[in-house]
Amino acid sequence: MATEKRIALEVNGRRHELSVASNQTLLDLLRELGYVDVKCGCEKADCGACAVLMDGEAVDSCIVLAAMADGRRVTTVTGLGTPEKPHPLQAAFIENGATQCGYCIPGMIVAAKALLDRHPEPTDAEMRFGLSGNLCRCTGYTRIFSAIREAAGALKAKGARP
Amino acid sequence: MSDTVLTAPAGVNIPEFRQVGKPLPRTDAPGKTFGRTVYAGDIVMPNMLYAKVLRSTAASLTIKKVDASRARALPGVHAVLTAWDLPDRLVQTDIPGQTGQRSLNAAQPILVKDHVRFSGEALALVAAESLAIAEAALLLIDVESEPFPGVYDPFEAMKPEAPVVFGENNVIKTYKIRKGDAAKGFAEADLIVENTFHTQVQEQAFLEPEAGIAWVDENDVINIRVSTQVVEHFRAVADALGVPHNRVQVKSMFVGGGFGGKENITVELYLALLARATRRPVRLVFTREESFVAHGKRHPFTIRHRTGVKRDGTIVAAEADLTSDAGAYATLSPYILLYATIAAMGPYRVADLKFDSRTVATNNQPNDAFRGFGTMQACVAHEQQMDEIAKALKLDPIELRRRNFIRRGEKNSTGQTIESEVWSSRCVEAAWEALGPRASNRGSVRVGRGVACYQQSYGRISWFRDTCEAWVGIELDGTVIVRTAVTDIGAGQSSAVAQIAGEVLGVPLKEIVTYFGDTALNPLAGTSTASRALFMTGNAVKLAATAVRENLLGRAAKHFGLPVESLDIANSTVFVVNDPARTLPLPELAKMCATEGIHRNNLAIYRAPTSTGLDPETGQGRVFADFTYGAHAAEVEVDVETGEITVLKSVGAHDVGQAINRAAVEGQIEGSALMGQGFALSEEMKFREGRTLTTSLSEYLIPTAEDAPEIKAIVFESRSGFGPFGAKGIGEPAYAPVAASIANAVADAIGVRIHDLPITSEKVVRALRRAKTA
Repeated sequence: MATEKRIALEVNGRRHELSVASNQTLLDLLRELGYVDVKCGCEKADCGACAVLMDGEAVDSCIVLAAMADGRRVTTVTGLGTPEKPHPLQAAFIENGATQCGYCIPGMIVAAKALLDRHPEPTDAEMRFGLSGNLCRCTGYTRIFSAIREAAGALKAKGARP
Repeated sequence: MSDTVLTAPAGVNIPEFRQVGKPLPRTDAPGKTFGRTVYAGDIVMPNMLYAKVLRSTAASLTIKKVDASRARALPGVHAVLTAWDLPDRLVQTDIPGQTGQRSLNAAQPILVKDHVRFSGEALALVAAESLAIAEAALLLIDVESEPFPGVYDPFEAMKPEAPVVFGENNVIKTYKIRKGDAAKGFAEADLIVENTFHTQVQEQAFLEPEAGIAWVDENDVINIRVSTQVVEHFRAVADALGVPHNRVQVKSMFVGGGFGGKENITVELYLALLARATRRPVRLVFTREESFVAHGKRHPFTIRHRTGVKRDGTIVAAEADLTSDAGAYATLSPYILLYATIAAMGPYRVADLKFDSRTVATNNQPNDAFRGFGTMQACVAHEQQMDEIAKALKLDPIELRRRNFIRRGEKNSTGQTIESEVWSSRCVEAAWEALGPRASNRGSVRVGRGVACYQQSYGRISWFRDTCEAWVGIELDGTVIVRTAVTDIGAGQSSAVAQIAGEVLGVPLKEIVTYFGDTALNPLAGTSTASRALFMTGNAVKLAATAVRENLLGRAAKHFGLPVESLDIANSTVFVVNDPARTLPLPELAKMCATEGIHRNNLAIYRAPTSTGLDPETGQGRVFADFTYGAHAAEVEVDVETGEITVLKSVGAHDVGQAINRAAVEGQIEGSALMGQGFALSEEMKFREGRTLTTSLSEYLIPTAEDAPEIKAIVFESRSGFGPFGAKGIGEPAYAPVAASIANAVADAIGVRIHDLPITSEKVVRALRRAKTA
């Protein structure tokens, strides 16, 4: 049987202290806490729909144990921006029509954020590699690529790190 | 990125659109991008139970007993249902929709009682306090069974000694189309080309697995919120449960991709049964593995073509023979077969033809609706056949096509006159030209190019007598409400109809909300299938909005003391066309109407063109309202040593009639390009004795960001379609020619034709080796 572990983590700037089962995944915990913007597509790290940032690194939360998030800072797409204060990636995804069914988008934007953190001006190959763990069945990625390029440009113009 | 070529047919007066045709950000985009959109599997209810489904892992079994007593005794389990607990009813898959017609009689048990017919078939349902308890309960259900002989190949299944899957024999449905005199046509041909092509089972692989939640409310109404393309299944759910139709309410949430895989019932029935049994809210979300085995996939087809041509390329006779594997239940297989049979000749004119087809039951997973619905499988065959004909005649493949394209006003294979523009030639030329300078061969890498053209219907089969209803109203503050039960499956259906209402009423998109997908509170719109949503719902919304506009302008005309024709509306303001300084804000006008009891809303119905059906002997008659035409072109490189194929460029050029939202239309074309590439090169469901072997996205390979080529979408607008403002359907048409164009490009690169999709590296190497030794 699974044992319990007491953990503390920060999600989108909010601190949570709670007991988790040792076999509970971070995906499951986040959704249980109400962060249902983190989507479940496969539970095997094949699709990337559940990607979140853990201390700035993109991870598939379906293969991270909740207990491993102890003391970590987790950011989901909701934590990146709001309609009033959108992250440049979010603004660019909307402007470029990069969203169709939208189910892959929370994970996709998180992966794009991690990509731009590492490569503020990604080459074509870097961008494709950076998104290769995030499947989209609707768009052919065309508009996702344009949105990321546009966001990279906007971030550079602002002179800010993404 | 993308080009729009605006070319109107001579004599057509192009209205100046304010919103239609513009690439406006969709109304659903912010919610999805900020993580605020609630999908069916995100909903939580107080006291909610979690459901699981017990499924057979074997494909063909006789069931002796299903004993759920141990599972029922498990603490936390609230219901375990087997076939013995259900009303003895079958689910009818038929024309899901609103017309009440039934022609298929494709019945399927809700849960298995006697006989498992495919691997994945449902045996029992569990509802429990937690997912873990529900999962544990599944293991405590004892199923006693014996193996039963199965059949896993449609050609084996047609043999007299084959086990019968259901009914009297395994041939579920046949069609024949006869036009002119095929024998005479072949006698006049200079050359006869014969080929057989095969396509594989394809999985929709939408990112959101099937999901829903249901509860029974204080009026004994079963409420279901679900990810579906078809809310009209509420009737099938009610019939299966034996409750009145008005006691089931289905609301579709934003769907995380459908592509046909959510056209049939998924979780709705299971949820309704469990919610009724437990009197508690029940949620059911399929795992990815379950999604792979639970819903119907793309039918594999074997298509034989025999085509007679003149030396100049004119097609004078055509024979086609099509066989599809329906799997273990009929589902929509007969309709998909009909689409494929009609499309067998593609967008080409042939006077003398003879087509025969059949769909056959096997113990494989049922195959069902998938974007393209038989037409794309037909396209894979007819477009490779066209290239083989071109090769035999030493003609340019585009020139051969150009000489045979059907034209507006001519009759297609079933004798239906084409009423809209056919811009196949300009589409294929534009797509080819957009490939740009050709990459060059290097080392063991060979470059090749291919094109493909198609004729794909939009809108449902005419004798279904399809209708769609929509309601449009203006509020006292001038904002607009659109209500229609259309489902939004990701293509932007709810946003597009808002844009149409906004165009008619002169109200900006941000001032409009579409309430969609609710069978009880919204007028029924019919399905988001068959590339019909924009065509049907767009027309209904346009009718309703036009009626509201007439009422508003009628009152405004009185206000100004001017005739209605002298007024227009833009930016929520009525103005005098010749004197734009004279204005009346819409909120003021709406209030005037409210005070005087003038209707500020309208419920409209749009009726598609109808027909009475096909002649059973000749297959002649009107089948569809209309067709979309276009082309796809691809450039690939093939490493002849390793067989590795890379798609370099992929261009879709289509006459969409009229783009409603430019970005959304281009998105359909771009998405089709990559999905079609997957079908051509990597996607294939594998089975052993009916057992599904590919149940994850690491075994079933859809293209990733690294596989995406340079994709270009070219949009032509003939404004000649049957949809709003002359629009045609594009969701399926954009997909139809992609795989064929890639197959033709590979054949061009390596000089050898591979007749079976997908074209894997192994097949390339094997084909080249065989060609060398031959």
